[in-house]
Amino acid sequence: MKGELRIRGVCRSYGDVRAVREVSLDVSPGQFVTLLGPSGCGKTTLLRLVAGFERPDSGSIWISGQDVTALPAHRRPANTVFQHYALFPHRTVFGNVSFGLEIERRPRAEIRDKVERALELVRLAGLGDRFITEISGGQKQRVALARALVLEPEVLLLDEPMAALDPKLRKEMQVELKNLQERVRITFLFVTHDQDEALVMADRIAVMSHGHIEQIDGPEELYERPRTRFVADFLGVANLFRAEVLDVADGVARVRTEGGLSFRAANDGGYRAGTAVWVGLRSEKISLTDRTVNAFPGTIEDEIFLGDWTDWRVRVGSEVLSVGEGNVLARGRKRGDTVTLSFPPDAVLRLDDPERAE
Amino acid sequence: MASVLLLPSLALLVLLFYVPQLLMFLVSLGRRTAYGGVAREASPDNYLRALEPLYLAILGRSLVLATVTTLLCLLVGYPVAWWLARRAPARWRNALLALVILPFWTSFLVRMYAWIVLLRSEGVVNLALQAAGLSRADLLYNDFAVLVGQLYGELPFMIIPLYVSLEKLDSSLLEAAADLGADARRTFTRVVVPQTMPGIVAGCVLVFIPSLGAYLAPDLLGGGKTAYVGNLIQSQFAVARDTPFGAALSFVLSLVVVLLLLVFRRPLRSAQAL
Repeated sequence: MKGELRIRGVCRSYGDVRAVREVSLDVSPGQFVTLLGPSGCGKTTLLRLVAGFERPDSGSIWISGQDVTALPAHRRPANTVFQHYALFPHRTVFGNVSFGLEIERRPRAEIRDKVERALELVRLAGLGDRFITEISGGQKQRVALARALVLEPEVLLLDEPMAALDPKLRKEMQVELKNLQERVRITFLFVTHDQDEALVMADRIAVMSHGHIEQIDGPEELYERPRTRFVADFLGVANLFRAEVLDVADGVARVRTEGGLSFRAANDGGYRAGTAVWVGLRSEKISLTDRTVNAFPGTIEDEIFLGDWTDWRVRVGSEVLSVGEGNVLARGRKRGDTVTLSFPPDAVLRLDDPERAE
Repeated sequence: MASVLLLPSLALLVLLFYVPQLLMFLVSLGRRTAYGGVAREASPDNYLRALEPLYLAILGRSLVLATVTTLLCLLVGYPVAWWLARRAPARWRNALLALVILPFWTSFLVRMYAWIVLLRSEGVVNLALQAAGLSRADLLYNDFAVLVGQLYGELPFMIIPLYVSLEKLDSSLLEAAADLGADARRTFTRVVVPQTMPGIVAGCVLVFIPSLGAYLAPDLLGGGKTAYVGNLIQSQFAVARDTPFGAALSFVLSLVVVLLLLVFRRPLRSAQAL
């Protein structure tokens, strides 16, 4: 089906470094999928494999039902928006966008038509005559986007296209790109190391680590239910504990961290009494109020003011927990205060640690 | 204040370049005396003589030699520069560049004699041909030998500027071109060539101008059989002892170079802008 991307057991090594290990991924037509991960996790290599700049050692890549594994980059129905845009400095904005159409030897009138429509699409109408050196970073990014979109690719590949933009502009572009994707309905494969960016834009997010996909889910599921320690850590779960399962009863597991903190966790079916697990707690799920379960007295050790909220570091026994509190509530507390913190059992995330298991 | 630092070099330039140029210009307006001296006059005769068909033909031949030399250098030098800048192992790059410049450690004259040793009828190449059972070839004292000498002598001046611009060429532009559907050939003509135009223009200028006045290779390897403007000028000073005419020919040659730079000023300027 047009616009469908299938990656099957793809591997790519550089010498001893296994950059991509046995990755399989299915993207249905018109979907916006983000590859998220820290630098060196293999996300860019995977994108370059789909673009055809790299060849896999094994495995296959299919675009719109066609096996493109052996096709060179210039014959694949995929186009790329490069991290640093890779715009041609010797050409104008128009000349950059028209490049691919000129290569296809389209008639002059058609080229003019399509380029102008593409420039309108990225809100650059009227800037066609400018040289690349004469436009801003945000405009360059739009040119790169128009240059790739004008060829109506079946899959659009985006390699950290926002990395060079300042934070405010980046936020605007994220929303704009998301809207654009919904309008053109082209399959997007988007690489980023920025979890916020991934959450804002993607239909599905594949979190990558050490060359493989750790978890692939929609933004909400991924945020609410990270499956592994790595994913939880990368998506900002601030409290991660190695713990022992004391007992499991009535849908509730009691666990004790290595630092001696015992609390109840809603049983997702994965807890086994007497085994070791990783558990995680988002700081915003912990509140500085009392509850009947999972309530502990503590002392404020540190205060990290973050504008709209404050990150309190609270010591409970030998553990220090990160507790997030909205700014309206956070007034009037200070370092050294004694507080009570609590969290509901269903806020406790049970996490696998495949890295340790290996 | 910093401009004060320019004064020594400015003084040197005026004293050693502009003053002699002016003197030569005055000489070029003079007349040769019976014993090879210079009689001061203010006549355009020498310039009119330089425009006679005989001398124009020689100038034309020099233009052809310079053009062919430049094109050959570009043709041979581009792949070499490409390999040096983009393919050669990084740790060998400086050593390989040094090898390109190494011939400059020996006098050009000596190197031309070395080519004679290689190309003459009992030379290295012919002996090798003979040993391989082939017949000998007339390699020396013809236009082929002149071209070989010129290509050999000027090639480094082409390779170095090409190397500089190819090294700066951003690989992601090549990927972008491929991504947009361009095969290797069209990536080369539509991205690599425009992007390395500064190096191409610089290399061509650096090769063309000295080639236009070349006289050692034509003299030694061409056997002086065909006259080029460099040999003509040299012989006016050294053989015919007609200093004023030699000076006039030199100015005509300089004028040709200036005119060519003017004609090509647009590509030259756009190359600088990149």
